[in-house]
Amino acid sequence: MAVLEVGIDLPARKAAADKLFARKRLFAVGVPVLVLAYLTYIFFAFDLPGIAARAKLENAGILLADTYSYKTHVERDNRRSGIKVAIEGEAKGTYAAEKWPEWIRRQGEATIIDLGSGHVVRFDADAVRYDVPGYGLLTIVQREDGVSLDAPSGPLPDWINASDTRVALATAAGRLTVTRNRAEVFRYSFGWELFWFTLDSPFYGKTAGELLAMVVSGDAVRPGTSNLSAMLSDFWNNAMWRHGDVAWAIFETVLMAFLGTMGAAIVALPLAFLSARRFTPGLAVRLGVRRVFDFLRGVDGLIWTIVLSRAFGPGPLTGSLAMLLTDTGTFGKLFSEALENVDEKQVDGLRSTGANALQRSRFGVVPQVAPVILSQVLYNLESNTRSATVIGAIVGGGIGLLLTQAIQTQKDWEEVSYYIILTLLMVMMMDVLSGWLRRKLIGGSSASARAR
Amino acid sequence: MTLTTNAGPAAIKADYMAMIQRKRLYSGVLLVVFFVLLAAGFNVADRRNAGGFWDGLHKIFDFPAELLGEAVAKAPALPGHLLHYLPAMVETINIAAVSTLIGAIAAIALSLLSTRGLARWPRLIPVFRRIMDTMRALPEIVIALVLIFILGGGPVPAMIAIAFHTAGALGKLFSEVNENADLKPVEGLASVGASWLQRMWLGVLPQVMPNYLSYALLRFEINVRASAILGFVGAGGIGAELRVAIGWGTGRYDAAAAIFLLLFLTIVAIDQVSSHYRNRLVRGS
Repeated sequence: MAVLEVGIDLPARKAAADKLFARKRLFAVGVPVLVLAYLTYIFFAFDLPGIAARAKLENAGILLADTYSYKTHVERDNRRSGIKVAIEGEAKGTYAAEKWPEWIRRQGEATIIDLGSGHVVRFDADAVRYDVPGYGLLTIVQREDGVSLDAPSGPLPDWINASDTRVALATAAGRLTVTRNRAEVFRYSFGWELFWFTLDSPFYGKTAGELLAMVVSGDAVRPGTSNLSAMLSDFWNNAMWRHGDVAWAIFETVLMAFLGTMGAAIVALPLAFLSARRFTPGLAVRLGVRRVFDFLRGVDGLIWTIVLSRAFGPGPLTGSLAMLLTDTGTFGKLFSEALENVDEKQVDGLRSTGANALQRSRFGVVPQVAPVILSQVLYNLESNTRSATVIGAIVGGGIGLLLTQAIQTQKDWEEVSYYIILTLLMVMMMDVLSGWLRRKLIGGSSASARAR
Repeated sequence: MTLTTNAGPAAIKADYMAMIQRKRLYSGVLLVVFFVLLAAGFNVADRRNAGGFWDGLHKIFDFPAELLGEAVAKAPALPGHLLHYLPAMVETINIAAVSTLIGAIAAIALSLLSTRGLARWPRLIPVFRRIMDTMRALPEIVIALVLIFILGGGPVPAMIAIAFHTAGALGKLFSEVNENADLKPVEGLASVGASWLQRMWLGVLPQVMPNYLSYALLRFEINVRASAILGFVGAGGIGAELRVAIGWGTGRYDAAAAIFLLLFLTIVAIDQVSSHYRNRLVRGS
């Protein structure tokens, strides 16, 4: 039996313990202090006080309002005759003459626009009149040299912005702008107008029940085509919302992710064998392949995208190839690690039965690495769908392009919200799909793949 | 239970071989379908691309060659360029670092709130999970573009966008770590009357911190790439500089080459350092 040595140097032990405690204490205080110091540095380096001053919060208001409402422009231009009523002011959303929504009425020479909750704007022959509840009647006269405003006495409230050439006012019900030649009213309404059908479609403004009745009944709205196919074509080719183009864009984004991920996996797998010690004894080859992987990963997806778009031009192929190259590096590293970590016992067992090298790989190695590889590929498929949105914005393909275009034109924010919702749904669907495939093909959750 | 069969071993073997054959056939068909899909996909992508694959293939080295040529021709200017673009690179790294930091802190809270056995309000676990799923699904570029519209360009939109996504992505990973945490210290702390925050701070976090750190380091690496890309679409940092450098037409490729080099070196360095520390964290020093 061993004798326990009793001669422990107690003071030394105590000193060591004290030192450990002191270090831990320093750590417990030091880390939060460091984090705080770093955040303070960032606060000034990123100029957050300046951002607060520069932020245009009214833009946020516009964005938010547009996501759940649309505006109808009612415009009278003195250089042209007649009144133009258009949804979002777009030619595609212009109402045919006199087929206006019921809140616009004609009364002799005058046009009466009911903005709701008591707000009424009149385009009279001699002036534009706006009766604001709780304030009074505003009369704006358009003259050759400008506009003049006649308002109730007292100082002008801040929602009226008046000069000699332009009067603009914004109330809760809508907006009115009058210049020398033009008078324009914006009326806000709830919803995404024209989402299903545009105004020129015979199906516009019909309820779901009416549409169903039209599908069932035999009288074709458009001779030669059934009502259902006419309806689908009108929806698909909706000029305002471009559902067909949007669907293509979503498909293109998913396609980019699919091609990039699967292509990378196919390229990386044989290369991974070349970079694993077990399968490639030659040091030069192994190190060479590994440096290739490192290079592919290190040259970021951004650089690959730029370099490739010079050669192939903008489009989805460029995006998928850029993702393919970056992911080849990632996959190569992961696959070769998986191959290095293969359990030797199964291979030995097979060798004892007289299996040759190919059989040993097929039945000893592949079953071990397949789950790791598959789950990594499926995880990247989902994550690449998100990357494909960004890369699409650069190479000009997919939903990323539509999104950047819609945001950069700074109008049609309802389309931006539509694209955002679709993107979100697309990524979630890919997430569900890849999770389902993973469970089907591998079984059980494999957090280990995501960990890396 | 006994298996009664009149068939001899030969019949069993035949059955087995038939099954194997069928399985192989299915796998083969699946594989063929997969490759057909892949080929068709490349074909579609090729047709929708501005330039074709085969037309572009021989041009693939033209741009890098041009870039390198100009960089070599103006080699003396290279160190100056590198120094000139260093602050932008630092900004990109800062965006990544601060968004990883904020995202990780949010992720810790979200993950603790959505882990069974640890949650402060067990009934709200599904709510917090859905919140994380949504945060994770939203691509960074969407938030970044919207915020650029509201806040103007610069690093802050990118920072918020990346932090938002990071919170969702890390939250999911963290909650998987939490699932494996030992509950005994938590129970011990509860028995002496510790509050929820104290139980988490003293009972859970010391157990899971190494794994958290390892995931956060990996995320930092991903976020550096993300912040470079977001810079290119309008946020600040090296991406914005790169856009200017390659957008100016000819004559600025030496600057672009310097940026490429800087980006490459940074990513490789971060990759190496982070994988070194992750190995140490997970395997223990």
